[in-house]
Amino acid sequence: MITESDIEHIAELADIGISRDEVPEFTKQFNAIIEYFEVLDTVEGESAPVVGITNVFREDEPRPGLSQEEALANAGSTENGFIKAPRVM
Amino acid sequence: MAGTLDFSPDDRYNAFITTCRQAPFSDGTLAGTAVAVKDNISTAGIRTTCGSKILEGYVPPYDAHVVELLRQAGAAIVGKTNMDEFGMGSTTETSAFGPTRNPADPERVPGGSSGGSAAAVAAGLVPMALGTDTGGSIRCPAAFCGIVGLKPTYGRVSRYGLIAYANSLEQVGSMARTVEDASRLMSVIAHYDPRDSTMLDRPYDHRPVAEVKGLRVGIPEEYFGEGVDPRVGERVRDAIGVLEGLGAETVPVSIPGMRHALAAYYVICTSEASSNLARFDGVRYGPAVDTRKSWHEAYQDLRLELFGAEVRRRIMLGTFALSAGYAGRYYAKAQVARRKIREDFERALREVDIIAGPTMPTVAFRLGEKTDPISMYLSDILTAPANLAGIPAISVPCGRVDGLPVGLQIMGRQFEDERVVDVAFAYEQEVRA
Repeated sequence: MITESDIEHIAELADIGISRDEVPEFTKQFNAIIEYFEVLDTVEGESAPVVGITNVFREDEPRPGLSQEEALANAGSTENGFIKAPRVM
Repeated sequence: MAGTLDFSPDDRYNAFITTCRQAPFSDGTLAGTAVAVKDNISTAGIRTTCGSKILEGYVPPYDAHVVELLRQAGAAIVGKTNMDEFGMGSTTETSAFGPTRNPADPERVPGGSSGGSAAAVAAGLVPMALGTDTGGSIRCPAAFCGIVGLKPTYGRVSRYGLIAYANSLEQVGSMARTVEDASRLMSVIAHYDPRDSTMLDRPYDHRPVAEVKGLRVGIPEEYFGEGVDPRVGERVRDAIGVLEGLGAETVPVSIPGMRHALAAYYVICTSEASSNLARFDGVRYGPAVDTRKSWHEAYQDLRLELFGAEVRRRIMLGTFALSAGYAGRYYAKAQVARRKIREDFERALREVDIIAGPTMPTVAFRLGEKTDPISMYLSDILTAPANLAGIPAISVPCGRVDGLPVGLQIMGRQFEDERVVDVAFAYEQEVRA
């Protein structure tokens, strides 16, 4: 059973905003969905390593990329050729 | 032959988010052919929104591999089609640009999430279009709109430049009014690209052959069970009867893992989405984040404002399914269920050459009919298994119920896309004759 405070906590973990009015509706929907997910409790067996496939690697060599102008073209705020982001600390 | 195609469609069904009125084209196998591209596939110089406000104004600086290939083949890219926001939906109603309507009945949804591509093709605005299919997003709208939609084998078409939703499930594929055109478009887009490390070098270069004599067709009981409209089941059985008339043999098969398929699918796709969609932070693209606020506050406010409810619900579901204390119960179990479903298909496809059933359990819903998430999710029950198993699947129109199109779904072994195309072609040629 997921509570309204669980929903607020998950929204915080996901860094996704949630408005007060949405909390009861999301809680109800989550409970219905998670109840549906319970069928997975009846899955038997453990996870096993996948066989027959291999990783694809490449050499870590410089390759052509976007120009600075292209890389900044879609950024909302830039300063002196850098992308500007909100302060983290 | 090279030039510019004038494209001024009467887009009464809201199939397009962006149209290119003057679409350049060059020489090649698709020279001058109008092709529409789903709006989650990057097109250099043409805005790409994923049906979301969070990518408003975004103009990709590069082309997806499939778009490079389209341009090389001479196609005229005439526009970007409407879709459920980030591909999350089965109706195209979650688009920030308004719903697309179904040309077969404008009061109905076109299906989703590639509903704009399907409607553009069905309405005759373009002969072919690219869609993407994570859990049925090509086949569902193809079935609902009465066109052909091919989801290729996982790893056959490059995902480079496809804006990721659920990487382990999704593929770009072709949509068209005829199997032949769907196959032609597939021949253009299925070429090796080292930039997608999940790709195999297995190009598709095939002309459909209408030959099913001696073919063994598996009929899974699970595809005709509870939740499937019996009238849809009947149309599909009639279609399978047409294949029998052409010399195919039907064999009952079983996919017992189907009972876990939808839950496993939703756990996996939401988990992958919760990671993939973290990049939409208003810093590198999209409407600018407020840099005066602190990081978490700015990020949360932006995402609340610019993501729709279904996208936020799925990001939260995935975050929950991966969170400490729950990951073993949900994500790990979903992966086991996925493996078992793949094994079920492999086992069945050792006995038979293809598996056939309905694409969708019902005909197209009315606009606004699906209000709660679960009832929307349930509509993916017959399509999501092919994504979990990574196998090719095609939907081809097979008659109508209440005047609305029904799709026959044909699934095959991994990398036998040619065979599912041939079977669809044989059926189509027989009923058109």
